[in-house]
Amino acid sequence: MAAPASFLFKGKFLPLVLLLPQLIITGVFFFWPAFQAVYQSFLREDAFGLSSQFVGFENFTDVLSDPTWLQSFGRTIFFSTAVAGLALSVALFLAVQADKQIRASTTFKTMLIWPYAVAPAVAAVLWLFMFHPNIGLFGRMLNAAGIPWDYKLNGDQAMLLVIIASAWKQVSYNFIFFLAGLQAIPRSVLEAAAIDGAKPMRRFWTVVFPLLSPTAFFLLVVNLTYAFFDTFGVIHSITQGGPGKATETLIYRVYTDGVMNLNLGTSAAQSVILMIMVIALTMVQFRFIERKVHY
Amino acid sequence: MATLNVAGVTKRFGTTQVLHGIDLDVTDGEMIVIVGASGCGKSTLLRIVAGLETATTGSIRIEERDVTALEPAERDVAMVFQNYALYPHMTVFQNMAYGLKIRGRSPEDIRRRVAEAAGMLEIQHLLERRPRQLSGGQRQRVAMGRAIVRDPKLFLFDEPLSNLDAKLRVTMRAEIKRLQRRLGVTSLFVTHDQVEAMTLGDRLVVMHQGRAAQIATPMEIWSHPADTYVAGFIGSPSMNFLPGVMEAGAVRLETGLLLPVSAPLADGHKVTLGIRPEHLLIGNGGLTLAVELLEPLGGETVVHGKLDNGTTVVAKVPTGSVPGDTLGVILPLDKLHIFDAESGLRL
Repeated sequence: MAAPASFLFKGKFLPLVLLLPQLIITGVFFFWPAFQAVYQSFLREDAFGLSSQFVGFENFTDVLSDPTWLQSFGRTIFFSTAVAGLALSVALFLAVQADKQIRASTTFKTMLIWPYAVAPAVAAVLWLFMFHPNIGLFGRMLNAAGIPWDYKLNGDQAMLLVIIASAWKQVSYNFIFFLAGLQAIPRSVLEAAAIDGAKPMRRFWTVVFPLLSPTAFFLLVVNLTYAFFDTFGVIHSITQGGPGKATETLIYRVYTDGVMNLNLGTSAAQSVILMIMVIALTMVQFRFIERKVHY
Repeated sequence: MATLNVAGVTKRFGTTQVLHGIDLDVTDGEMIVIVGASGCGKSTLLRIVAGLETATTGSIRIEERDVTALEPAERDVAMVFQNYALYPHMTVFQNMAYGLKIRGRSPEDIRRRVAEAAGMLEIQHLLERRPRQLSGGQRQRVAMGRAIVRDPKLFLFDEPLSNLDAKLRVTMRAEIKRLQRRLGVTSLFVTHDQVEAMTLGDRLVVMHQGRAAQIATPMEIWSHPADTYVAGFIGSPSMNFLPGVMEAGAVRLETGLLLPVSAPLADGHKVTLGIRPEHLLIGNGGLTLAVELLEPLGGETVVHGKLDNGTTVVAKVPTGSVPGDTLGVILPLDKLHIFDAESGLRL
């Protein structure tokens, strides 16, 4: 399929024009801001935004030595692990159940993919309305049952809520991948394991799960990236990082410091650090998957 | 080592009846080949014995123990699948050791058994490889090895040779037979290939539309097929069938030829005469074929011809013995098979 470009298009003009919209979008919304962030991260502005001076790596050292940033970092690790863990395990469970059904599997697939089409902020509002202590159905039920539920006062409860809301949105995506992975496992391999004497649980852990592990690893990286960077909308709609700083993850802190506090230099430095993290995650993924996938 | 008794096994998928009551008794160490066209229910029967499917009615006993309701794991059988079904994420050694490990054997015992089976199959040098690094024939051997190490009561083969090329198939066929003899394990072997069936089986089960049309030794089936289906299925090229009518204790063929074949039937009863292509002799006074096609096989030639009434007849004759566009053949009476035209059963 590797036809030379000249085979498909005569000249260079048409291909370039066809690529242009995508190149512009990538340039304007990714490369330019990324470049700006890197540039800004070396500058420090005065309080009124009238002048800025080059400060080298000072913004970075400031960020990395700030105990509240380090707390944020730890919180993000916890949050991301919890979101990825929850989203992956629930999706795997659902996929295994759906895989057992042959007839209605298309219906299940369609229904389970829906949450993915819901914008993070909308998903957040959905969960907010369910768990609001005064007007939320489950929030009221919890309080009525004697459990003091108020995510606006209790930081742990706030964290729990944003984790559930964030994971819920990602379950559908994971589900589709897991289901496809499960359906790619030949039936006869499972039958061979059954005849070899393996009970269902053992079959799952010694045959199914290892065969799913490339999928699972891919999803783990995708989910971690999602939890790190794409959950801003969820957190912003439910808790705005509060109460206190209980749900302030790194990405939310970039927003607070840069947009709320107008501290452009440190905010930019934080985004650059985040950028490096996502690059690292992606590299790990490519390296690992290339080496490890053998079936 | 075990006996296998299949009694009145039926299987129904929804409204489709796949098996209509199969009875089969296999003695210890016997190699039974279940043969039939695709969709005849042979694989279903094998899977019911394995425990991968449940019989709608009927029972399965292995070594006199009723296993009808047991899981595959509890039946102590081993199966070789058509696509080998090796565990892709495990090495050859792990593939073979899996069943032993689950049964809680000691590591030394596992190593010894795997080494022994690998030696038997000459795959010692492949033990550290993964299935995708093996050729079709090697995968086949590993699949066999996985079955052997377990030392099961029963070997089940589900068309294990059909994914191999023709030459390898012949080699593996001989090897399977040799191994089965050597280990003396009772075996069921499913295939759609009649040559495989004839060469491998101590006895054959010829299946047709969910029924066992005949259960007998290969030679018995070849020389005394129970009905027209079995007669046409076993033997290559297939048996010729000629429609005829009983007339004064003999058979009158549509071509007008009267053959003194005795059958206790009333005049006018419709019958089908069968004769194998290799039993037709060249000569006049029998049937005259309009030759359509010659297939030289070396020493012999297969002649495809037509009778006056349009019936196709195939004859296997010595090469060079076909004089021209027509060929006269005679039908030796002792080689004729006579079947009831309506039921197809042997008379």
